[in-house]
Amino acid sequence: MIGITGYGVYIPFYKLERAAIGSFWGGARPPGERAVANFDEDSVTMAVEACRDCLEDVSAQTVKSLYLSSTSLPFAEKQNAVFVATALDLQRQTLTSDLTGSLRAGTNGLLQATAQCSSEKDQALVVASDTRLAKPFGSKEMAIGDAAAALAVGKQDVIAEIEKTYSSYEEIYDTYRTAGSPYIHDWDERFGRESGYIRTMTTGIKDALENWDMQPGDFQNIVVSASNPGYLKKPLKTLGFDLKQQKAEDPLFQAIGFTGAPHPFLLLCAALETAQPGERILFAAYGDGCDVFSLKTTEAIVQFHKKQKIQTLLENRQPVSYQKYLRWKNLVEMEPAKRPKQETASSVALYRDQKCGMAFNGSKCRNCGTIQYPVQRICMNCRAKDDFDYFSFADKKGHITTFSHDFLAVTPDPPATLAAVDFEPGGRVMLDITDREPDAVHIGMPVVPTFRRFRLTDGIQVYWWKAKPLKK
Amino acid sequence: MMGSIKDKVAIIGMGCTKFGENWDMSFDDMVIEAVYEAFADSGMTEKDLEAVWIGSYWSNLPAPSQPLATTLKLDYKPITRVENMCATASDALRNAVYAVASGAYDVALAIGAEKLKDSGVSGLPTDDLAMGLVSTAPNTFRSRNFTAPGHFAMMAVKYFEKYGLSPEEGRRMLARIMVKNHKNGLLAPNAHFKMEITEEQVLKAPMVAWPLGLLDCCGVSDGAAAAIVVPASKAKEYRKDPVYLKAMQIAVGPSEGYMNPEHDWTMVKETYRAGQAAYTEAEIKTPRDEISFAEVHDCFSITEAVIYEDLQFSPRGQAKKDIDNGTFELDGKLPVNTDGGLKCFGHPIGASGLRMMYEVYKQLQGKADKRQIKDPRLGLTHNLGGTPGGCTISVNIAGI
Repeated sequence: MIGITGYGVYIPFYKLERAAIGSFWGGARPPGERAVANFDEDSVTMAVEACRDCLEDVSAQTVKSLYLSSTSLPFAEKQNAVFVATALDLQRQTLTSDLTGSLRAGTNGLLQATAQCSSEKDQALVVASDTRLAKPFGSKEMAIGDAAAALAVGKQDVIAEIEKTYSSYEEIYDTYRTAGSPYIHDWDERFGRESGYIRTMTTGIKDALENWDMQPGDFQNIVVSASNPGYLKKPLKTLGFDLKQQKAEDPLFQAIGFTGAPHPFLLLCAALETAQPGERILFAAYGDGCDVFSLKTTEAIVQFHKKQKIQTLLENRQPVSYQKYLRWKNLVEMEPAKRPKQETASSVALYRDQKCGMAFNGSKCRNCGTIQYPVQRICMNCRAKDDFDYFSFADKKGHITTFSHDFLAVTPDPPATLAAVDFEPGGRVMLDITDREPDAVHIGMPVVPTFRRFRLTDGIQVYWWKAKPLKK
Repeated sequence: MMGSIKDKVAIIGMGCTKFGENWDMSFDDMVIEAVYEAFADSGMTEKDLEAVWIGSYWSNLPAPSQPLATTLKLDYKPITRVENMCATASDALRNAVYAVASGAYDVALAIGAEKLKDSGVSGLPTDDLAMGLVSTAPNTFRSRNFTAPGHFAMMAVKYFEKYGLSPEEGRRMLARIMVKNHKNGLLAPNAHFKMEITEEQVLKAPMVAWPLGLLDCCGVSDGAAAAIVVPASKAKEYRKDPVYLKAMQIAVGPSEGYMNPEHDWTMVKETYRAGQAAYTEAEIKTPRDEISFAEVHDCFSITEAVIYEDLQFSPRGQAKKDIDNGTFELDGKLPVNTDGGLKCFGHPIGASGLRMMYEVYKQLQGKADKRQIKDPRLGLTHNLGGTPGGCTISVNIAGI
């Protein structure tokens, strides 16, 4: 049996009220909020966070392929999935792949992982992540949001079997972005709804059900993603689904917005958190065509109920002002601080630093057991030379020993909060604190590592780790 | 057993420029001014010099040593550039002193000079150099967002917590140090910032890095200072009041504060260790009683408070008591930063150590004018290069 063996989600800490956009520009103030990636996040860092969440339940040792699905990847040439694999410290013999260009990129990845899954014990990680950008005060800015979600696919300990798959394409300009533009555009929204979404999904799902020899009544749950949840009703009604009984609604649009490629995964994760064993789910995604799946939950789903990953993330929130949003998304050109220009990181130095910098490994002395970061060839305690094992800090908890709030440091979210973080098993690392409210930071505050972006100079994006307050 | 530099070498001439935003002076102009003052003070000329050590951190990179021969028209003499972060000038002096002590030279010149205000930016010209100290590996820039005030502020947060000071109490304690330094700086002709300040002004100044406000921080400036050293046995041939080196110590820490949870950020171990070594070298048993005055690295208010304890001027956690009692005021038991310190001079990185020694030299000779303290016997200079957690410390002691 091939199926989903685990999932992970990542929703940014910051939420922007749609009404804040409207009131800033003097327009309508619709209800709800959208998730906003922090200034130090991008589609790669959020993908890493979603995978880390997933790997709490799935062993990284079994992962043999990694698909990164996104329409907003930072690099056009240079594989983005490799950043994720390196940060996760996956085995070197892992197949890595970027899937991009479509809001179906996530489900495209799921189809590929399903088709590729041959070994009994190997697993694939499919992670979708997006930070799409729309021009200020346009029709999309309020509706979209940033997030990531990961699915593990394998044959052992399946929580939702992938029974059937279907895929079809459609050539259409509804929502699109050329390679050089930072902003998404859309054609007449009514055209996109009628000839794009509604027609494609109606015919696609109908075709899929016919191919599978299945009926709408065979499904207890419907998880179908739409850029506007209102689009869903018509195709499902036409096909004869019972919307109420089959829970066909988007529980996330009001809380985080339509998040692009990861949106179908997030909806599926939300459904899995309450699904009963033996529930059959119609799962579909739209974007230049459609991908449709028939999934069926197993007994193993029950142990995931208590995790409530999405609910926990939604509760761990902080409102962000529209001014900050504009700044973080580089939508306004700010006067640069009268501070030194940043030098470019050396590609060579970054190449040497993968194990320590990307994967957050320190060293643990084989002679005396002292844990230290960064990797020390000569132990700071006993002076043993080159006698250590790598020690991962990525999955460890720590607390703040001391900190400061630095208003001089250049940051899009002043002040910069700096701390000495002491980790539970040992070791101290000097880290920025992110996703924090300055007034809440205190000595002894429990924190966890989080993968973030640092300087981008001359096309070199430095990634490293920060710490953030441990969510309740 | 380690030897000692005590009473082997003497300073017989010194010079120091005005510190500040020296828009009208180049690096070379400042060097010439400081060196020619030292020439005039000692009665020497460039022909008498046998070797030169020049300290600078950010100026005339990558090689300030070779152009110096052109600037001063030195006649094919050995010149070496020295760099040791904020202790650069103190280390240039140490190199010159050790060369003379070795017997290889009879006359050596040490210079510390820095031109920072050509950069067009606030603060130090680039934080990136300093970032190497706290990143995973050099040139990766995998580092937390680095500024000097941010780092030193972490020491204040922990100090307040450990000793049960509310932020208000702690900040007021620190403000008193800054008020003292400005009071002294007003009397120093070469100081950059000459103004009296009040505790309230310090407390209400804009926040730079919590809990340090603008007036808890020293500024960045340009400046140069120079010293001519000779064997102690010959010093009186040049002048009747030479100043003798009693101890010259440097301690460089292996960054324990960044990596070792046992380090609690309320002390700078390097200062303690360099101080202990200097006291042993100078045969000082009770520094609080024997040191007449000190010029210490008050880059930030908290730094000076912790230095009191690390150099054993105050018992651990007791700096506040001594500050409140006026121990370190110009007329106190152990005056600290009699010229106003970095707070009033600003901090041209590679020059400050010799500026401090200039004050020690003048005080010991009784030439400190309105700042003059009574009967000084031993003066101490202290530099902190880097940040708490991992730094280079110099402690030099000079006397008559």
